[in-house]
Amino acid sequence: MRNSGYFKDLYVGGKSLIIGLGVTLKTCFLPQVTVHYPREKLEITPNYRGHVELVKDPETGESRCIVCGMCARACPSGCFTVKGEKKEGEKKKTLTVFRLDFTKCSLCGTCVETCPKGAIRYSMDYNIAGFTREEFHYDLIKRLEEKG
Amino acid sequence: METAGNLILLRMVIAVVLIVAFVFLNALVMGYLERKLSARIQRRPGLMEVGPHGILQLLIDGFKLIGKQLIIPKDADRFLFRLAPLLSFVPVVLPLMVIPFSPKLQGRDFDIGLIFILAISSLNVMAILMAGWSSNNKYSLFGAMRSVAQNISYEIPMLLSLLAVILMTNTFSMQGIVQAQNKIWFFLVQPIAFLIYIVASFAETNRAPFDLPEAESELTAGYHTEYSGMGFSLFMLAEYANMFVVCSIATTLFLGGWRGIPLPFGEYSNAIWFLIKAYGLMIFMIWVRWTYPRTRFDQLMNFCWKYLIPFALVNLLVTAVLVKLL
Repeated sequence: MRNSGYFKDLYVGGKSLIIGLGVTLKTCFLPQVTVHYPREKLEITPNYRGHVELVKDPETGESRCIVCGMCARACPSGCFTVKGEKKEGEKKKTLTVFRLDFTKCSLCGTCVETCPKGAIRYSMDYNIAGFTREEFHYDLIKRLEEKG
Repeated sequence: METAGNLILLRMVIAVVLIVAFVFLNALVMGYLERKLSARIQRRPGLMEVGPHGILQLLIDGFKLIGKQLIIPKDADRFLFRLAPLLSFVPVVLPLMVIPFSPKLQGRDFDIGLIFILAISSLNVMAILMAGWSSNNKYSLFGAMRSVAQNISYEIPMLLSLLAVILMTNTFSMQGIVQAQNKIWFFLVQPIAFLIYIVASFAETNRAPFDLPEAESELTAGYHTEYSGMGFSLFMLAEYANMFVVCSIATTLFLGGWRGIPLPFGEYSNAIWFLIKAYGLMIFMIWVRWTYPRTRFDQLMNFCWKYLIPFALVNLLVTAVLVKLL
């Protein structure tokens, strides 16, 4: 440092320190932005992508799924297990097994996009935790019955 | 003669008990204030869980620390390792003996009160060095070396700025210095000394922006890395008590000590004014801590040797000339 900058540094530095104190003093009196989480919760955006879930058809009260297996084929990580059977006297297959292995899911959303009937969608669940890996193997048919 | 001596002894014992109690209370209050104020500055709620607005949190933390296992690292110097926290605690408790809370509330008024405080509180450096060295840990040693270098460097401008006030009052007695301010508080007469003292005291108490000894990203926690439980909490207690000592010196020397609007039991209740001023300064220290980023080590040393010491010396010289002439 040359001598010529000596007092200038002192002036500029000192001024910036005082401005800094002003900034923190101001934020001191602004309202809080933190939410007391377990007691209050924020609205989550409708665009939120949780794990997928089955959609209930309002007319039949059952899942819209036609067991085409498109979602399972589209899934890059092979998260889905979809099985159905053809019952006597019915044209369509009935869904018997729809399982999601959420430990492998990368939330790419290809399954939702490829589904021809719009039978799966993103859930709004963000509050998920578990002690074992198996707790994230979801049986989505059971889930649909419980939620619906 | 015999009874007078006993009375003085009794007074000292009571003072020591009260002071140790005060040190613990001070740490509780300061811990709470620090966490609450930092939360306000960062626009979050801070302590909320234990008790209304979390006021019992620090008490619970204290119990937790007492319950913790004390770990001594392998190959550490066990004796020094155990001794260091105690040694850091003593030099911040003793200065409180001569601090004039009010005309009557004072452990003892020495003629050399200020020198006593400065002499005792500089022993703190030794405790830090001992803690860092005996831990047998490179990070602790580096932290301790930084802390010691910083404490010794900043002691100089601190003493020089205090000396400017001493030249004006002509006494080292803490009560005498307060008496000398019955016309005007010295921070108006000695603004540069006051500023230098405040800056140096930040460094002396190892607080931000000069908290290099505990630069956690580079040195984990500095000299108290290896301490657990009460060993660690004694260092924390010492830090907060040291903050109080430093702020009460500033209050006594620059802000008129216990002077204020007269209160009913003036000789005792004036302590309220003293505490308001000292805690005001401590809140300012917290405010500064949560405003400024940490300095680099060369910046720290440059600032001390290039700015603080020359300015303190010039200030001292001008004061000496003026005192001689007027």
